Amino acid sequence: MSITKQEVQYVAKLARLYLDDDQAEVFTEQLDQILGYIDQLNEIDVQNVAATSQSIATENVLRDDVVDNTYDRELSLSNAPLKEDGFFKVPKVIE
Amino acid sequence: MSLYEKNLHELHDMLKKKEVSSEEITREYLNRIKQTDDKLNSFITVLDEPAIDQAKKADKIISSSDDFDPLTGIPLGIKDLISTAGVRTTCGSKILESYIPPYDASVIKKLKAKNAVIVGKLNMDEFAMGSSNETSYYGTVKNPWNLEHIPGGSSGGSAASVSARQCCVSLGSDTGGSIRQPAGCCGVVGMKPTYGRVSRFGLIAFASSLDQIGPFTKDVTDCAIMLNAICGHDPSDSTSAKRDVPDFTKALLNDVKGMKIGIPSEYFIDGIDSEVETAVNAAIEQYKKLGAEIVEVSLPHTKYAVSVYYIIATAEASSNLARYDGVKYGYRTEDAKDLSDMYFKTRTEGFGSEVKRRIMLGTYVLSSGYYDAYYLRAQKVRTLIMNDFRNAFEKCDVILTPTAPTAAFKLGEKTSDPLQMYLSDIFTISANLAGTCGVSIPCGFTSNGLPIGLQLMGKHFDESSIIKAAYAFEQSSDYHKTIPTIPNL
Repeated sequence: MSITKQEVQYVAKLARLYLDDDQAEVFTEQLDQILGYIDQLNEIDVQNVAATSQSIATENVLRDDVVDNTYDRELSLSNAPLKEDGFFKVPKVIE
Repeated sequence: MSLYEKNLHELHDMLKKKEVSSEEITREYLNRIKQTDDKLNSFITVLDEPAIDQAKKADKIISSSDDFDPLTGIPLGIKDLISTAGVRTTCGSKILESYIPPYDASVIKKLKAKNAVIVGKLNMDEFAMGSSNETSYYGTVKNPWNLEHIPGGSSGGSAASVSARQCCVSLGSDTGGSIRQPAGCCGVVGMKPTYGRVSRFGLIAFASSLDQIGPFTKDVTDCAIMLNAICGHDPSDSTSAKRDVPDFTKALLNDVKGMKIGIPSEYFIDGIDSEVETAVNAAIEQYKKLGAEIVEVSLPHTKYAVSVYYIIATAEASSNLARYDGVKYGYRTEDAKDLSDMYFKTRTEGFGSEVKRRIMLGTYVLSSGYYDAYYLRAQKVRTLIMNDFRNAFEKCDVILTPTAPTAAFKLGEKTSDPLQMYLSDIFTISANLAGTCGVSIPCGFTSNGLPIGLQLMGKHFDESSIIKAAYAFEQSSDYHKTIPTIPNL
């Protein structure tokens, strides 16, 4: 067993997902199988290999710090599930 | 021959000769969608009236000029993760069911500038996570060649719609094979350009170092035309490449004499379907007859590609999908007792199980104590996979492989076994990890009448060579001319 149900519940919490016990069971089994397969990477000696994060080399891309394309407030709020007085509205944060 | 059966370049010629109007073509496709989409479910949103309006606008340009863009007045479909201003863009997910982008993706701006006609938004696996289109919140897409089989994924709607002639061409996206694998399953041409060739601005992100937009077309000529339309540097995407874009139609030469085609033995493995192997071997023989030189190459780290991919792609996804929190857009839960509960319930109710599985896997491989063992190691093996391609391309111009180990499998066959589902992408994933370009073209049919895909991969920014190779094969075959018969129509 490379991943336990407790670890799956912990990871779900980090990812802000609720899992009931049955779901946690199924995910544990599936993730365990996937992680077991992924363990094949331990066969390879990677000691002197550099890591790749981008397949096509790019340098830092900079631009002048000027305002260009902006969206007005109404458009920016147009998809908000809940809004009030030009703001996004969320449940009370401070008790 | 009906208008909807014609290719982009044929329709363009007809428009040029004023033999037909864009409105007539568009109405014919919309009618075709009406007749077939109950069975296929390729579309999440059909844009009847806006498409007719766009067509009328295109007709005005066409009537006043003989020299207009090949895409002017051509009906096309867009995978539903490419942002379209004012048109719902769901990403195949419940969490974006009512999301209306305030802006167009850069590729959409380019298509609109050419007065192409967008007929609708195409079905897909949720957040492009899937190989069979079965994870879509909007229902599975069916394979037009056999309604009991998958269309491939994640761009299942993009592939099925072109295959079934519901639109002339379409756009999809490819993170681990999501253009090439469904193109293979549905018997159409599907191209993943080199990473950075096409702007990702406005493409809803899955795995940002792997995602790339590309076209689905009925033939290779149309593929070259589409690449001309969508490639090029975009300041809005910092990873978009500052490279000159050639005229890809110049590669439509029907001449592969002396071209070196590399065959990697690692792609002809146990588990590959014998009919697929036979069809691909026949294609190799065909290339020999056409004068190409077949050379053996080796991509020794191929067997690690799926593992590397499912670490890197899920890690990037877990970070990219953190933005879906119910605050600024998309679904929000009805009843939450506080802010934290709102985040949890929104995401729990809004995401499907494949997306949750990948978010959790990605969170796990990035989490404290596991980062080095999984994520960093995967990034290092990614380097080895890239080196494999660099070495192989010293010996050949293009690499030829099957697109997938089997033809389209049956609906439901792999839904309960995620690992088996992931392994169906084994031949397409490496190109994304290495950033190279790849195309799938039809190269035969199984005895059950399902299409078989042939993959050609090229060097970074050398789409022209794979177009050249694909075109020569296509000109010597008829597979691209066969159209599926949808039963009980």
